[in-house]
Amino acid sequence: MSLDYVKVSPGFEKYIAKEYRDFVEHGPFGKKVSVSQVGTFKEALEEHPMCAGCAMTLFIRLAIIAFPNPEDTITVGTAGCGRLAISQAMIPFVYGNYGDTNAVASGLKRGLMTRFPDKYKDVVVMAGDGGLADIGFSMMMHSWFRREKFTTIMLDNEVYGNTGGQESGMTTRGAVLKMAPLGKKFDKIDMPQLAKTAGCVYVATVVPNNPRRVESVIKKAVLIAREVGPTYIQAYTSCNIEYAIPTDKVMEDANNVEKDRYQFQEYITDEAKQYLADKWGYSEYKKKEIPGEVKA
Amino acid sequence: MYLKKEYLYEHDQPYKVMPGPEGYVIPAAASMGVTLPDAGGGLLYGELVTEDVAMEEIARRLLTDPNPTLHPGPLVIWAWNEHAIEKARAVIGIAAEIPDLMIIPMADYRPRYPKVDPEEMINPNHPNLTIWHNKEGICVFVGVHCHYANLTLKMIRAGTNCCTVALCAEQGHEDAMLTVRDCDAAKLWKLAGVIKRVREKMGIPAPTAAPTGGFGPVDHKKIVVHTPEEWARIVESARTGKNFAMAKAVGVPPELGRPEGAI
Ligand SMILES: Cc1ncc(C[n+]2csc(CCOP(=O)(O)OP(=O)(O)O)c2C)c(N)n1
Ligand code: SF4
Repeated sequence: MSLDYVKVSPGFEKYIAKEYRDFVEHGPFGKKVSVSQVGTFKEALEEHPMCAGCAMTLFIRLAIIAFPNPEDTITVGTAGCGRLAISQAMIPFVYGNYGDTNAVASGLKRGLMTRFPDKYKDVVVMAGDGGLADIGFSMMMHSWFRREKFTTIMLDNEVYGNTGGQESGMTTRGAVLKMAPLGKKFDKIDMPQLAKTAGCVYVATVVPNNPRRVESVIKKAVLIAREVGPTYIQAYTSCNIEYAIPTDKVMEDANNVEKDRYQFQEYITDEAKQYLADKWGYSEYKKKEIPGEVKA
Repeated sequence: MYLKKEYLYEHDQPYKVMPGPEGYVIPAAASMGVTLPDAGGGLLYGELVTEDVAMEEIARRLLTDPNPTLHPGPLVIWAWNEHAIEKARAVIGIAAEIPDLMIIPMADYRPRYPKVDPEEMINPNHPNLTIWHNKEGICVFVGVHCHYANLTLKMIRAGTNCCTVALCAEQGHEDAMLTVRDCDAAKLWKLAGVIKRVREKMGIPAPTAAPTGGFGPVDHKKIVVHTPEEWARIVESARTGKNFAMAKAVGVPPELGRPEGAI
């Protein structure tokens, strides 16, 4: 497999903008990069128009670094803050209508599998809690029931950030928001549990203040979705505007929320463990030989 | 030609695709009755003409309008395959015939906020910024996918007085003022030949300096990209095909193994 599509046509090398030249020479395509190397390579996402200090931006940046093959990845997003950054990455982005991300991703992934049967083409949905847990709920659940092979990442800021602070199904009970002044009347949806029930083979919850962990879960989720089944990651990505979190307290807030309702959880089926071990060399999932066991 | 009735009642003449600014929300030329040319044809300000007539006018304007600019799109600027490289060669052939040319690529279509650098890129979501900044009198798009050409050409017509040219690999583009269809490498070389002939007929000497980038953000002078000697070498290899090799390979094939650094 060659990476011809990241070479500039002859004669135009010096006309193309410097940032593309830098990306061709120092970008992550065709290389294995890690969050610990940030600053030593040109990232696929740099500029974005999101609010200063927004934790969602940090998470998206980490997630994109963590994609195992960014040059063969397509992201799917929708209305909501996250797409403002995701769409600016040097990775193809599909804008689904609000609510239909997982239906779009299903078709896209199936098409890619037909068109490129010998190649992995990763599809990753990244959308807000409103986009996935409310209006996109049915399409997300059905994509899981059908065991569609792509990763869904919920950017959970526990509010409709982009439209000024309405409550979502993922808002916590009692939370008072600018456009939900009476306080939320019911509990936060237990989406990880629903994901397991609906057939996801890998489910994890993370906060962005642990970049290595974010990287780890995203890589696993994307790899597993290639062949085993749907995977789901739920990330707490606070909205410092709607929850009035001072910019310098964003990480502190993530720490507190991690202790409170966002403890790290990881669920992985035996089949997915075996796949990671056999195909991708994850030694922690290698079956331990039981001493004295007689092999057939 | 099919003409939208309302337009005819209002203006009593066919809709013309002319340099703007035409207004904030302009119609798609197709909705005003402009149709795409058949094989061998082109469009001249919305009117069906032969390819030769369209090419002559493209040449004349490229040689006489201020700050002519080439905007090669992703299908030319990236070496996807041999076909893209062959087209890139021919685009260099065209560039070599136009004095005082600027080359400002449209390398991709992703939105660029908070800002673009209009001296070195054009973005389909706000192409007018690059046209304004570089005071482009005429601009040529080649290798831009249809759906983004739609957006770009309309925005330029809406908000600038720049003449647009679409060298389209498919059926031509009715939202461009001048367009030629089926622009494979051979057709692009033909256009290079037409520009050369028209230039000589007009007594305009062949350019010696290389095409520049756009107007620098600080000194407002056109950005020099190549020395004349470097450019002469590029043109020579484009014309002969010799040493017009693939650009340096970048990156290594992603092997199927556990990604380094995975935990
Ligand atoms: C079908 C439809 N309904 C409503 C909207 C308006 N809308 C745009 S963004 C948004 C809220 C996004 O909230 P969420 O998905 O939680 O993402 P966030 O902005 O919080 O990241 C809404 C309701 C829309 N774009 N499309
Ligand atoms: S509104 Fe909230 S979620 Fe959206 S960009 Fe601003 S801080 Fe981030």
